[in-house]
Amino acid sequence: MYLTPGRIGALKALVFLAALSPFGRLAAAAVWFPELLGANPAEYITRSLGDWCLRFLLVTLAVTPLRRFTGWNWLLRLRRMLGLFAFFYASVHLASYIAFDHVFDLVEILKDVLKRPFVTVGFTAFLLLLPLAATSTNAMVRRLGARSWRALHRLVYPIAILGVLHFWWMVKRDVTEPAIYALLLAALLGHRVVHAWRDARGGRAAASARAPAAGSPR
Amino acid sequence: MLVKRPHDYLPSELTPEPLYRRRRELLRAAAAGAILGAAGAAHAASGGLPKLPSTARSRFSSPEKPTEYKHVTRYNNFYEFGTDKTDPYQYAGRLKTRPWTVVVDGECAKPRTFGIEELLKLPLEERVYRLRCVEAWSMVVPWVGFELNALLKQVEPNGNAKFVEFTTALQPDTMPGVRLPVLDWPYVEGLRIDEAMHPLTILAVGLYGEALPNQNGAPVRLVVPWKYGFKSGKSIVRMRLVEKQPLTAWEKAAPHEYGFYSNVNPDVDHPRWSQKRERRIPEFFARRETVIFNGYGGQVAQLYAGMDLKKFF
Repeated sequence: MYLTPGRIGALKALVFLAALSPFGRLAAAAVWFPELLGANPAEYITRSLGDWCLRFLLVTLAVTPLRRFTGWNWLLRLRRMLGLFAFFYASVHLASYIAFDHVFDLVEILKDVLKRPFVTVGFTAFLLLLPLAATSTNAMVRRLGARSWRALHRLVYPIAILGVLHFWWMVKRDVTEPAIYALLLAALLGHRVVHAWRDARGGRAAASARAPAAGSPR
Repeated sequence: MLVKRPHDYLPSELTPEPLYRRRRELLRAAAAGAILGAAGAAHAASGGLPKLPSTARSRFSSPEKPTEYKHVTRYNNFYEFGTDKTDPYQYAGRLKTRPWTVVVDGECAKPRTFGIEELLKLPLEERVYRLRCVEAWSMVVPWVGFELNALLKQVEPNGNAKFVEFTTALQPDTMPGVRLPVLDWPYVEGLRIDEAMHPLTILAVGLYGEALPNQNGAPVRLVVPWKYGFKSGKSIVRMRLVEKQPLTAWEKAAPHEYGFYSNVNPDVDHPRWSQKRERRIPEFFARRETVIFNGYGGQVAQLYAGMDLKKFF
């Protein structure tokens, strides 16, 4: 399937709106219909934003395997936006925790980050996302050079692991939901391990034929 | 695709149809209630459950405005029905609450079994209590019930009765949550005998002047307002007077997180939640500072005189 530049533009606009819509719904409900968010609307908002951050991390990580399976190279054109949405949802998730749970009590927040392992890993994941968001522009790819840009953006792997761990350690007893995220992440990372292993075994020629454009980690 | 449709609007969050149809009637009733309000002490509910006999408001009641009925009955931790807060409202309807008996035995002279009808005949009163969950949220709940000591005295505890072990219902065919080994079922809780005999400790059989909804622990539950909510076991079937400190369900599950005492205490940090502040349902901001013993220190602090509350958390 080949997409013309015009179609890719339209697709990007669609994906942008779709990706923003969970936030839009939550924001609209918070302002006009908090009742729809249940008895603890702030908790609902914080958790939904966290869920969406994890989902966008997984979707971003799904681009490469999906492209390999389908041959749809245009998927790569969406990846930066998807990754930035993961960062966006991480940011508003953190903001809602700071505002709703701690009412901007910075000392208490710092204690929370240092003391509670699930907060520590969540916050670490957020900090690691910062350099990725900051170097997401074409100009930054050029400035860093494709090789080091790619190396830097491999940080997304530990970020996703920390994100799932954050969820896992947050739940009290029933880990069904975090386990689903963990399985999906394991599949996405496992795919990369298998692929790298095959490459190393001499599938070089075939691999380079499928190699993505410069500046994309896989 | 990984993108799931968000389930932002659960069926349980919408007004049930029968209630919606009755809205004018309810509005009229509410208006009438506002006029007659001063006459009845109990808070009126809209749950459509059997009304309990008119009850006097206890001197132990808090003057705070109770949390709305719909929030008290739709935001619950009752893991036997699932771990989501809305699961109990959705699934607890299946719980079989009749026939129901409560066995009171162990270290006492006259062990016996109480039928629920008998318990409902005890003099009831309304107790408006603050409820503080270990998850850093709180509510104000107008319970209807009687002091636990009224029941315990009837079985005449002996000198070996140092603790009470509470066992709650386990109905695998009505409780979808017990299929998962989330906790070691049945749910067990415990109190020291002096805590159990304290006048603030009640067995609740009602809420907002009506029978207790299943999701809140029908037909009879424990309420210990100065402890985190999980200490107040729901749907009680047995109370055993024992000499040794009972091992509670949460202690078994995570001993470093949940202690036997679990008194509300902003100075004892929980590994998962800071206990400094709390969110009063349904507010957005956790702007209330949590008070030691959930504000009941005046009545209960002497129970723990000389104890290191950080050690006995």
